[in-house]
Amino acid sequence: MIVFGVALLATCTLIGVYLGDLLGIALGVKANVGGVGIAMILLIAARVWLDRRGRLSKGVKFGVEFWAGMYIPIVVAMAAQQNVVAALTGGPIVIIAAVGSLVLCFGAVALLSRFGGREAPGAGDAHAGAVVAGDADGIAAEPAVTHSARREG
Amino acid sequence: MGHDIWHGIEHVFVEQSLVAAFAVVGGLILVSNLAAKRLTNGRVHGSAIAIVLGLVLAYFGGLYTGGKKGVADIPALAGIGLMGGAMLRDFAIVATAFEVDVIEARRAGLLGVLALALGTILPFIVGTLTAVAFGYHDAVSITTIGAGAITYIVGPVTGAAIGADSTVMALSIATGVTKAVMVMVGTPLVAKLIGLDNPRSAMAYGGLMGTVSGVAGGLAATDPKLVPYGALTATFHTGIGCLVGPSVFFLTVRALVG
Repeated sequence: MIVFGVALLATCTLIGVYLGDLLGIALGVKANVGGVGIAMILLIAARVWLDRRGRLSKGVKFGVEFWAGMYIPIVVAMAAQQNVVAALTGGPIVIIAAVGSLVLCFGAVALLSRFGGREAPGAGDAHAGAVVAGDADGIAAEPAVTHSARREG
Repeated sequence: MGHDIWHGIEHVFVEQSLVAAFAVVGGLILVSNLAAKRLTNGRVHGSAIAIVLGLVLAYFGGLYTGGKKGVADIPALAGIGLMGGAMLRDFAIVATAFEVDVIEARRAGLLGVLALALGTILPFIVGTLTAVAFGYHDAVSITTIGAGAITYIVGPVTGAAIGADSTVMALSIATGVTKAVMVMVGTPLVAKLIGLDNPRSAMAYGGLMGTVSGVAGGLAATDPKLVPYGALTATFHTGIGCLVGPSVFFLTVRALVG
């Protein structure tokens, strides 16, 4: 059932955000510490667990992957509600601080990724890329996801 | 008559706000994909164009309404606020984890931690130095502006905790927002240069850039399959910043400037 996938995703998100809040309180911080990250780890663990027991049905997969595919549209909506006016009218101190830290951090990424070594992308990547890109053809390349999903839902 | 029709359409958009947002964003992405194919010959990702287009619309929306939420302050487009708000954004980010290669992520774990530490310290130093260069001499203001360079949430959280005044808070938030916007636009441009083409460098990138919205947009525009790896580390960034900003960082700055 597709709804089980969506519910699994929702449950992982809720638990993760709750644990992130608790972690924030434990550390005396007025913010959520890593809630989304914890939720992601929970979801990865749930996938591995379901897969091992042979319970990872196409419907469950479709329920989660649909939302992964909505990621870019959601990011576009997020971009459309940024306070761009404030960003552009903040004056030189804002621009210098932002550009300075950006250049330094980009440089550090270059350094760290070289330091970490490089390798060819793995086999599962094409599918993952297609899902997050919201490309249904890429998803359908896995045998008849949409068909069986429709039947189950 | 024409006015009535317009009024009716606006009414539907207001009443069906989230549904309207789906349609509007879908249209935006369609136009962007066409532009990417026709105008840039596929060299630029359609999603990169869509994100920049979203930011441009947010600019004009902000000018038009005088509000802080871009086009979402226009009543007929309020659904964009819900669709692109923190709730659905986090929901979709968590969903991308379904595609994560566990072995790959675990191997990059230590690199991610190192990136998180650097991604908190480096922007803070740049922010504080800029603040000092522009004539701020009190520890509270310097720390608040420095924290804003980490992310636009760390800035105000730190400022509120140590009692910064509202002008400094506004500067701090503006610094963080500017950084987020620049990360979104700049990432696809420098991706090749900084080796951002594999899960490991994506995790380093997420930890270093921090700002979830910046990382989310930047990676989406560069290579969608890297999104979950970057998001995994970026999500810890704001929390860590909020932890060290008002404590370790503030005490250090106070010890230095007296």
